[in-house]
Amino acid sequence: MATYLEFIQQNEERDGVRFSWNVWPSSRLEATRMVVPLACLLTPLKERPDLPPVQYEPVLCSRPTCKAVLNPLCQVDYRAKLWACNFCFQRNQFPPAYGGISEVNQPAELMPQFSTIEYMIQRGAQSPLIFLYVVDTCLEEDDLQALKESLQMSLSLLPPDALVGLITFGRMVQVHELSCEGISKSYVFRGTKDLTAKQIQDMLGLTKPAMPMQQARPVQPQEHPFASTRFLQPVHKIDMNLTDLLGELQRDPWPVTQGKRPLRSTGVALSIAVGLLEGTFPNTGARIMLFTGGPPTQGPGMVVGDELKIPIRSWHDIEKDNARFMKKATKHYEMLANRTAANGHCIDIYACALDQTGLLEMKCCANLTGGYMVMGDSFNTSLFKQTFQRIFTKDFNGDFRMAFGATLDVKTSRELKIAGAIGPCVSLNVKGPCVSENELGVGGTSQWKICGLDPTSTLGIYFEVVNQHNAPIPQGGRGAIQFVTHYQHSSTQRRIRVTTIARNWADVQSQLRHIEAAFDQEAAAVLMARLGVFRAESEEGPDVLRWLDRQLIRLCQKFGQYNKEDPTSFRLSDSFSLYPQFMFHLRRSPFLQVFNNSPDESSYYRHHFARQDLTQSLIMIQPILYSYSFHGPPEPVLLDSSSILADRILLMDTFFQIVIYLGETIAQWRKAGYQDMPEYENFKHLLQAPLDDAQEILQARFPMPRYINTEHGGSQARFLLSKVNPSQTHNNLYAWGQETGAPILTDDVSLQVFMDHLKKLAVSSAC
Amino acid sequence: MNVNQSVPPVPSFGQPQPVYPGYHQSSYGGQSGSTAPTIPYGAYNGPVPGYQQTPPQGMSRAPPSSGAPPASTAQAPCGQAAYGQFGQGDIQNGPSSTVQMQRLPGSQPFGSPLAPVGNQPAVLQPYGPPPTSAQVTAQLSGMQISGAVAPAPPSSGLGYGPPTSLASASGSFPNSGLYGSYPQGQASPLSQAQGHPGIQTPQRSAPSQASGFTPPASGGPRLPSMTGPLLPGQSFGGPSVSQPNHVSSPPPQALPPGTQMTGPLGPLPPMHSPQQPGYQPQQNGSFGPARGPQPNYGSPYPAAPTFGSQSGPQPLPPKRLDPDAIPSPIQVIEDDRNNRGTEPFVTGVRGQVPPLVTTNFLVKDQGNASPRYIRCTSYNIPCTSDMAKQAQVPLAAVIKPLASLPPEEASPYVVDHGESGPLRCNRCKAYMCPFMQFIEGGRRFQCCFCSCINDVPPQYFQHLDHTGKRVDAYDRPELSLGSYEFLATVDYCKNNKFPSPPAFIFMIDVSYNAIRTGLVRLLCEELKSLLDFLPREGGAEESAIRVGFVTYNKVLHFYNVKSSLAQPQMMVVSDVADMFVPLLDGFLVNVNESRAVITSLLDQIPEMFADTRETETVFVPVIQAGMEALKAAECAGKLFLFHTSLPIAEAPGKLKNRDDRKLINTDKEKTLFQPQTGAYQTLAKECVAQGCCVDLFLFPNQYVDVATLSVVPQLTGGSVYKYACFQVENDQERFLSDLRRDVQKVVGFDAVMRVRTSTGIRAVDFFGAFYMSNTTDVELAGLDGDKTVTVEFKHDDRLNEESGALLQCALLYTSCAGQRRLRIHNLALNCCTQLADLYRNCETDTLINYMAKFAYRGVLNSPVKAVRDTLITQCAQILACYRKNCASPSSAGQLILPECMKLLPVYLNCVLKSDVLQPGAEITTDDRAYVRQLVTSMDVAETNVFFYPRLLPLTKSPIESTTEPPAVRASEERLSNGDMYLLENGLNLFLWVGASVQQGVVQSLFSVSSFSQITSGLSVLPVLDNPLSKKVRGLIDSLRAQRSRYMKLIVVKQEDKLEMLFKHFLVEDKSLSGGASYVDFLCHMHKEIRQLLS
Repeated sequence: MATYLEFIQQNEERDGVRFSWNVWPSSRLEATRMVVPLACLLTPLKERPDLPPVQYEPVLCSRPTCKAVLNPLCQVDYRAKLWACNFCFQRNQFPPAYGGISEVNQPAELMPQFSTIEYMIQRGAQSPLIFLYVVDTCLEEDDLQALKESLQMSLSLLPPDALVGLITFGRMVQVHELSCEGISKSYVFRGTKDLTAKQIQDMLGLTKPAMPMQQARPVQPQEHPFASTRFLQPVHKIDMNLTDLLGELQRDPWPVTQGKRPLRSTGVALSIAVGLLEGTFPNTGARIMLFTGGPPTQGPGMVVGDELKIPIRSWHDIEKDNARFMKKATKHYEMLANRTAANGHCIDIYACALDQTGLLEMKCCANLTGGYMVMGDSFNTSLFKQTFQRIFTKDFNGDFRMAFGATLDVKTSRELKIAGAIGPCVSLNVKGPCVSENELGVGGTSQWKICGLDPTSTLGIYFEVVNQHNAPIPQGGRGAIQFVTHYQHSSTQRRIRVTTIARNWADVQSQLRHIEAAFDQEAAAVLMARLGVFRAESEEGPDVLRWLDRQLIRLCQKFGQYNKEDPTSFRLSDSFSLYPQFMFHLRRSPFLQVFNNSPDESSYYRHHFARQDLTQSLIMIQPILYSYSFHGPPEPVLLDSSSILADRILLMDTFFQIVIYLGETIAQWRKAGYQDMPEYENFKHLLQAPLDDAQEILQARFPMPRYINTEHGGSQARFLLSKVNPSQTHNNLYAWGQETGAPILTDDVSLQVFMDHLKKLAVSSAC
Repeated sequence: MNVNQSVPPVPSFGQPQPVYPGYHQSSYGGQSGSTAPTIPYGAYNGPVPGYQQTPPQGMSRAPPSSGAPPASTAQAPCGQAAYGQFGQGDIQNGPSSTVQMQRLPGSQPFGSPLAPVGNQPAVLQPYGPPPTSAQVTAQLSGMQISGAVAPAPPSSGLGYGPPTSLASASGSFPNSGLYGSYPQGQASPLSQAQGHPGIQTPQRSAPSQASGFTPPASGGPRLPSMTGPLLPGQSFGGPSVSQPNHVSSPPPQALPPGTQMTGPLGPLPPMHSPQQPGYQPQQNGSFGPARGPQPNYGSPYPAAPTFGSQSGPQPLPPKRLDPDAIPSPIQVIEDDRNNRGTEPFVTGVRGQVPPLVTTNFLVKDQGNASPRYIRCTSYNIPCTSDMAKQAQVPLAAVIKPLASLPPEEASPYVVDHGESGPLRCNRCKAYMCPFMQFIEGGRRFQCCFCSCINDVPPQYFQHLDHTGKRVDAYDRPELSLGSYEFLATVDYCKNNKFPSPPAFIFMIDVSYNAIRTGLVRLLCEELKSLLDFLPREGGAEESAIRVGFVTYNKVLHFYNVKSSLAQPQMMVVSDVADMFVPLLDGFLVNVNESRAVITSLLDQIPEMFADTRETETVFVPVIQAGMEALKAAECAGKLFLFHTSLPIAEAPGKLKNRDDRKLINTDKEKTLFQPQTGAYQTLAKECVAQGCCVDLFLFPNQYVDVATLSVVPQLTGGSVYKYACFQVENDQERFLSDLRRDVQKVVGFDAVMRVRTSTGIRAVDFFGAFYMSNTTDVELAGLDGDKTVTVEFKHDDRLNEESGALLQCALLYTSCAGQRRLRIHNLALNCCTQLADLYRNCETDTLINYMAKFAYRGVLNSPVKAVRDTLITQCAQILACYRKNCASPSSAGQLILPECMKLLPVYLNCVLKSDVLQPGAEITTDDRAYVRQLVTSMDVAETNVFFYPRLLPLTKSPIESTTEPPAVRASEERLSNGDMYLLENGLNLFLWVGASVQQGVVQSLFSVSSFSQITSGLSVLPVLDNPLSKKVRGLIDSLRAQRSRYMKLIVVKQEDKLEMLFKHFLVEDKSLSGGASYVDFLCHMHKEIRQLLS
């Protein structure tokens, strides 16, 4: 087992890939019986400081339907200077540049350690990065001020040649022209009217690239290809202007009467931002950054009316089909998201408000384009400020940790087909021989577009084994998959990262052990969770839960060791042992449970779940709990109510929240001020330890988690109590009054009960 | 028709003799032998003698020649006799109670007078002979006319002649006396006249006086005017004499119906006489004979006095033949000025006819609204609709609710009734006014409009004195004055909220054309200083009005000029299909607070667009934007739109160039006046609802479709200014002057006007720049002191002679400071059962104002030809009705005009010849539409001078005199090539320089040595330090000051190309576009009348 764990880890580090199965069942029928589909989590741009990009272009298979990239798995005839594609078996001539190739003089892409390799493409004009700020002005004064400062600050973080633009909106939408002297100029649009891209470009004067100007100075347009876009200017040219402009930004001046929400034209503002970029810089890396402080209240994409007495939709309303604007708004934003994705731009949403801001409707903008979604209470919080700042952090090379306009092309050997992908991507609808008819996630294609991604962006990619049972694969046969990611690096270069992996085929009948042993339950849990969440977007919650349960039971039936009808005999091997627990927590997670979450929160959580890598995803599913005590170094403890002890300090990381919880005794000590007494310095240290650890997590995490410091009996302790396994509740009295743990007031079943049920069902022959 | 064409220049009445002949000849002249005509004329002329004699001739027709001679001879003798007759006439008048009776006699005298015109024997003779002699075309024409007429006249002549003549005579008497004394044979006329006056007056006075026109003087003045031209001397004498008479008796009716110019043609001379007498008598002035008759009239009508004065002129007529014989506007104006310009017009008496608009007079408000606010076509309304129909005299009031007053007159008092608001009748909602009758000791009042009895609220209670008047009547403007204002309460406000101060938004076209001509730069520069002169209320230190700025081409640019900004912000709105206002705060600002930002903006606008190549513009979205801005700011206001071209950019209200001259004179001509699309009306309605008034300044280089563009200004109470082919050098002064005035003038916003009338009549039709969503409320987004609303009334029941008819015009508006007010104007009119009373109390200028507006609106829906015919027909009916019912029986050949309406034909002809109704080749479609909409809201003074331009000789009067030189008639004949003339019509100003003007004059005025060196088309006179230059420039300045729009000067040299342009304004002449000369038209009118009578 250790070997498999190492193998998995090694593969992840090298290729950014985690497969649910690392040995593949060799026939379609058996694969389906495995319950958990053959799938992988792919982090296309996983940071590889040790992998310098090569400065040439990949060699492609010459078969037009294949075009796989030369890789270490290919058979190479060094003498004939031929190579055989390992996907389609086409024999290809090496290009002239590879003339000197030999066994000892191999290009990097043929070396096994370069199963992942990155090519830099020199062709084509480099276009600068584009940052288009779309700023809500219907904010409270201090919120707006904080936002303005953040934005002004961000100018200093942008690369000097990046183009920036500013759109502000409230009741109206203003597109600011940035290079004006003496008078600040903006184009204003009505916030209630949706416009086509063409109209927007007409109105901004972009369609006729300033015909008069051309007449007057016919040479100039060529010299300055971007001269016509008065709205997007290089940072270094206009940062003073823009700083002033941002400084003068006023709250939306239109009066808001008592009992009304401010009129906020988010839908139109986004539409204009999209249209502007669409017309001027299609297919170049661009971020539309939407900062909003409330729900859209007018025009297309409105989420709620301006009457305060009518609250914004809740899950209850949605279930009752009472959310008047939801469908229309969603449609609007979906349309925008698709357009944006088609242009290779991405949309970030920074929503800071105490109430919902319509993320439910707008989520697709970020989801489909790979943009960020940040939700906070106010722009005047460190949560927002630091999160925003973190977007512009740089990697070890001094490049932004962001990439644009990526397309992910997946190629499989012929025993496999591609069922779909789940992640911040849209389908490019490229049908091919390796595309399965069965869809899991976004399917029906072998290529996806990921408009914005960063080193942690992770997609779940699902496959289907299509090899027929009666055509066995010879012993030792390997299946291969190649992931080709074209993207625009933040340094504006075009790059291609190619990852080629191979796994052994195994016959289920004879080699089930191997297959079992090569099961990656963490990856499988995340991949199943993604499927579940993906379904939850479109299906009723209970259905999804039922589906998950059934899958779990089937898995247990398949891989458990038990005697029929004897639950006590049920055992799972090590490689499966944690899986049910993950499922238990997943069922309780906000990704599938909407109770106690607003639709916006659900959308927010799901958004992040669908793009984070395996580790983060697992944290989301099953938060990590550390315990600090005088008894020893901090230790991870069970996410269980029994871990809540009076003399411990707990640190819980749920990805979205960092909770520090002081046990009852600790809290009393602190209240008594022991930490300030020299003789109790160790107590002081104890108190400090989780804070330091929390800081560490906070530093690394994007988006910034909500930081909660609470204690026994504190109102915010609920964040902890809602997550732990309710092993002790007011219902199971045997734990009551005991020293250990804290009872949770809930009717939810505990893990123990869950497992008992599971065993019972697994061994039952009824299913 | 022939008549019209033939029309040779006709002398004015002044020259009676010529006139007569003139008429005959002229009208007929065209036709055939002068002889024929002459005869008839003769007949006419010599109402008395002539008639008698002529009739036969007329009958015979052939005799023209013979007729003529006879006439002349007859006249000569008659003339003298006539004078004598006049005297008699007077006497008769005095005694005779019945008009006709008197007239008859009068007419005879006239006949004689004319001929007699002993004074001008020579002339007469010519006439007689005229046909033959050179005398001329005028005479000839006159002859002809007469000829045509003749046949009829003769016969009637006999009978009618006398009567008419009498009437006129009576009128003339007094006058004649005066006149007589003057120029002409004072002997005859004067003596007679004098004699008469004395006698007559007393008699007349008795009866007439009833009318109670105290100011005989006024009557006097008019007369003089008539006579003025003719026999100044006489007039003088006349007046004195007449006045006494008048004073004694007539005062009341002073107005004496100027009646009757009877004499159609031959008549001319008579005409004169008639007029004079006519006035007094009011009735018919047969042209020729009229004079004679007039006296008669005079007698019948108490008015005699006035007539008397008028009569003065009569004497003159007799002598000349030329056009002077026909009623002269100049003379009438001059007479009125002299007679009524000296004493204040006191409004206390019901149904008084005010002095003419051309007269400079003061008004004392004693219970009726000043004529500056309301003028009526008639101050005596027929009691029944039958009568009204019969007379065909439109009953209309021209109301200028916010008219500016001369400094000597106090503006209306503001009455504050506190929270209860103005006191109103519960039923008809009329406002408290001096005519309300308090009863039951003051506890109740009876509404004078609907007779409803209302309780007097306790806080308003006051005891009555012994006459039933409230004790505090004189302390309360609403109980003692004709015009006053109430402060409105919140109930009178939109949305039950007091309005915020209005705003001005300047919307500037910055397309290529506007930039190229330098307009934008000029405008921005001017605005910087102009903004300090926004209208303010009372003694307010700074104007409450806020301002905003928009520029546009095919997109709109709004500017944020908030005072806190370091630099202005520009906001571009390109969504012209669906206009909206991008900002609220900072768009409309206080000038003083935001001055720095505004100045910066105005500095930058010309720079920003200096390189523009955008030629397309939008229009509707611009107005929409302004309106939306006002709506957002919740205030009323005014948009100043500076626009250059046809809006062809893709946007609502996009227009096509549809100018098509081929449509002229077809049934489709009306489409040229109609807006192209309905979008403009719809927009205008929205503007009105918001109280958004639009002033449009147009700077077109070519067709811009004024007809469509002016729809919104028109319906929102705004103004349109048009500067074709604008060039900064040439048009700067005119534009800036108009702009300054337009920006500075006091405006009422978001106004609703309602005209209430006492039972029996009802306001049925409204003309002007406003919008009506129902049939009673005139809605005006904005209303300034120049805008006029003309209201037509119809009977819906019988009126009562005793109670008369009351009008109350209530205007609810928001003042410049944002105060909601009600301005009330009250006017009481008399009612009559005798048509004669109607004709005696008419005002031709107002009538023309009404008819012009009626016609100008008509062209929207009917072919222009039909409109013209309607006008002619109506005019003929009016005059025929008079002739039939009021004039003394006389020859049908006599043209007898009511004294008050004797100018109707000449003015009407001007209307018919105007660019709208009869366009010349050089008049563009835009010009016509422009003029059409201008006239729609003109007041009486403006229409008066617009249709009959003033022509002022420059060197005739002594150089020291500071007063305006007396005008001359608008005819080329009046121009002396040794003189220079200024011609103005309120829109245009020409300086015509005769070819043989003295070199010294040229030098001192133009600073060049000879006529040939004067630059034709010059628009500015050099500033020279000599008396003549100073005087002329001073005169030009004073003319401009009198008009609401700056008149650009054009110097026209005789025989120069530009002279054509100038001649277009000589309205008594035949126009190039086919318009009839005065004389021709008069003949035509006479023919029409005769047709109606037969």
